[in-house]
Amino acid sequence: MNPRLLMSSVALAVTMTCGEAMADKASDTLKAAFTKELESVDSYFNSAREGVILQRTIWDGLIYLNQATGEYEGNLATSWKWVDDTTLEFELREGVTFHNGEEFDADDVVYTVNFVADPANGVVTQRNVNWMKEAVKVDKYTVRIITKGPFPAALEYLAGPVSIYPNEYYAKVGPEGMALKPVGTGPYQVESVEPGKHFVLKKFDGYHDGPKGKAMIGTVDIRTIPDVNTQLAELFSGGLDFIWGVPSDQAEKLAATERFNVVNESTMRVGYLELDAAGRSGADNPITKLAVRQAINHAIDRQAIVENLLKGKSKVVNAACFPSQFGCEQNVATYEYDPEKAKALLAEAGYPDGFAVDLYAYRDRQYAEAMLAYLAEVGITANLKYLQYSALRDLRRNGETSMSFQSWGSYSVNDVSAITSEFFKHGTEDFARDDEVKAWLDTADASIDPAVRKENYSKALKKIADQAYWVPLFSYNSNYVFSKDLEYTPTSDEVVRFFHARWN
Amino acid sequence: MLVFALKRLGLAMLVTLTVSLLSFSLLFMSGDPASAIAGENASASDIEAIRTLYGFDRPFLVQYGDWLSNALSGDFGQSYYFKLPVSTLIADRLSITMLLGVCGISFALLTAVPLGAVAAMRPNSFIDRTALFLSVMGQAMPSFWFGLVLIVIFSIQLNWLPPSGSASWQNFIMPTVVLGYYAMPAIMRLTRAGMLEVLSADYIRTARAKGASEMRVMFKHALRNAIVPVVSLAAVQMGFMLGGSIVVESIFALHGAGYLAWESIARNDLPTVQALILIFSCFYIVFTFLSDLANAWLDPRIRVG
Repeated sequence: MNPRLLMSSVALAVTMTCGEAMADKASDTLKAAFTKELESVDSYFNSAREGVILQRTIWDGLIYLNQATGEYEGNLATSWKWVDDTTLEFELREGVTFHNGEEFDADDVVYTVNFVADPANGVVTQRNVNWMKEAVKVDKYTVRIITKGPFPAALEYLAGPVSIYPNEYYAKVGPEGMALKPVGTGPYQVESVEPGKHFVLKKFDGYHDGPKGKAMIGTVDIRTIPDVNTQLAELFSGGLDFIWGVPSDQAEKLAATERFNVVNESTMRVGYLELDAAGRSGADNPITKLAVRQAINHAIDRQAIVENLLKGKSKVVNAACFPSQFGCEQNVATYEYDPEKAKALLAEAGYPDGFAVDLYAYRDRQYAEAMLAYLAEVGITANLKYLQYSALRDLRRNGETSMSFQSWGSYSVNDVSAITSEFFKHGTEDFARDDEVKAWLDTADASIDPAVRKENYSKALKKIADQAYWVPLFSYNSNYVFSKDLEYTPTSDEVVRFFHARWN
Repeated sequence: MLVFALKRLGLAMLVTLTVSLLSFSLLFMSGDPASAIAGENASASDIEAIRTLYGFDRPFLVQYGDWLSNALSGDFGQSYYFKLPVSTLIADRLSITMLLGVCGISFALLTAVPLGAVAAMRPNSFIDRTALFLSVMGQAMPSFWFGLVLIVIFSIQLNWLPPSGSASWQNFIMPTVVLGYYAMPAIMRLTRAGMLEVLSADYIRTARAKGASEMRVMFKHALRNAIVPVVSLAAVQMGFMLGGSIVVESIFALHGAGYLAWESIARNDLPTVQALILIFSCFYIVFTFLSDLANAWLDPRIRVG
């Protein structure tokens, strides 16, 4: 057992005897913690979850995705239409101002889109913006976004990571200035930033009547506290009101104290085993054989891992995507836990005594170790190679891994193109190299007809399952722990919306 | 003496340079920096864009040469991660680590030296055994465990001290104790051993025979000589504390240079890691140099030698 986890359990046991933790309701300040040092508050220059959270808090997009209804609603835009396959036209909301008093209009959209779409400006999350060619002003409150090709997931990105910046301010200060003194139209404005350490947000009184709604808590004070145990200590001593990403065993203990609200919510992240069907790591690799891949699928008791390790709202997934994503076909071949069948398949493939293989992983060591045990039961001796993410990514890109435990959060984009298309279109991380799958995905990704998209994603996902290119494992979940004085409903996109939190 | 000191300084700088070249090579071998900068959720195209943007496609020696020439003119470049000048970033973080290091070593010296001296004066007494017990505890207890125990007691149970952050001086009490306690055992043992040896020396007997008071014998004659190796050890410990306060900074969310170094290595933030290695190496050199001077003052024989 991890000694830190052991210690935290001891600490928790001791703290259970303490008195009631007090939230800072009196000063109207919600105190929260980030686990990771966020590199930049400029939302186009970080790829972290914490960055996404600040992005939705400080800025607005043209569109808003209502998490409750699943419908797109106008935010900085009031309406939109596809003019043709590559042109989206937006009518913009009038009377919106940025935190610095700058008026919002078409020039802001044009400047932002043209800046982020230009690769020379070095936006870190290229995938979020490289589908846009440019934006063109029609009049003061009408603007067109031109895509590089048909891009049906455009609205999903415009409702998510594409936020609109004030053109005059951004032209003057650039990404570095924006990171230190961010200015947006969002429900909260930034009062102070200490890079990586501390962020203080104040409710923006001039916030427009958009679908997000006005913030209900006056101040949000976020500190970066890397150690989960220290976060818990702060929570108990009243130094924090709100934390999330709490490990399931600790969340269970916290819930038992009945001193906090402990809420579990699923996330869009899915875990999977990537299998080298294409033989990139060696043509004699046993995993190139279909029966072996099917055997590996049958060998792992995913339900048991979910129930015993992930817990909460995690679920077993069968298709190579998150079920809520557009196009995530659920009617695919499934592989129930059946070690005997796995052994038979291995024998059929010419490996009656099993074989040895390296299993690479970079996170959630305990899940990987559970899988090792299941594989050993059917005769596959898997050696765990646990690496830093960047090192493992290097190996995968060079095709040196025959089996690796991966996870993918799809940037919280609720569309299959954000996952399957990333790994099955002959990119460096495609270990299937299936031309047919690629062709279906190409068609689906480039069509704006939902029926055509669904049909082609369905074909691709069915073949991925039939050929057992992956072992889709489970969806992840996150535990949110917050003061009894607070009311907050988490969402599965794992974006903490401070503007929806309120005191009760 | 001056020539000797200058020679040593030159050699130490050469060592620093070698260390920086080695660390540069190792960091490159540990994984693709473009991939690390792009983060876990980056797509392959994101990574390729970053590789070109940051010049990782250039030959290794060209990249190292560029860094070295800029570093010599005081420009450590921009942090890949924070997109801020490395010098600004480090100046901010280093002040916390320096403060913590100075407080930690002061705590260690102020507790270990008197305790070691008193233990040596009364070998096998209750005080001696207590001192040895504390020393073994300090060596055996992992810092993260000790830190959490203090948090549980003083922050959660008693609510006397804040568990994390660096907003006030109270925030530094627990980190100082944890860090100082880690350095204390070695200093205490060395002081005790040194004192035991010195107390049996002829000149101590002579001093006593001349009728010097016990306090004068202890502090003027014995401790001054026994403490010479302790100064060298404290200098090394101080250097170690600056680089090794990672765990303490992490637990108490202090955001110092130690934690920055650790995190920067994990995210392959090469300019930050390079600058920190250089700065930490320089600290070692300076502290060792200063301890030599201090020893020369404490023991005139060294000056002659």
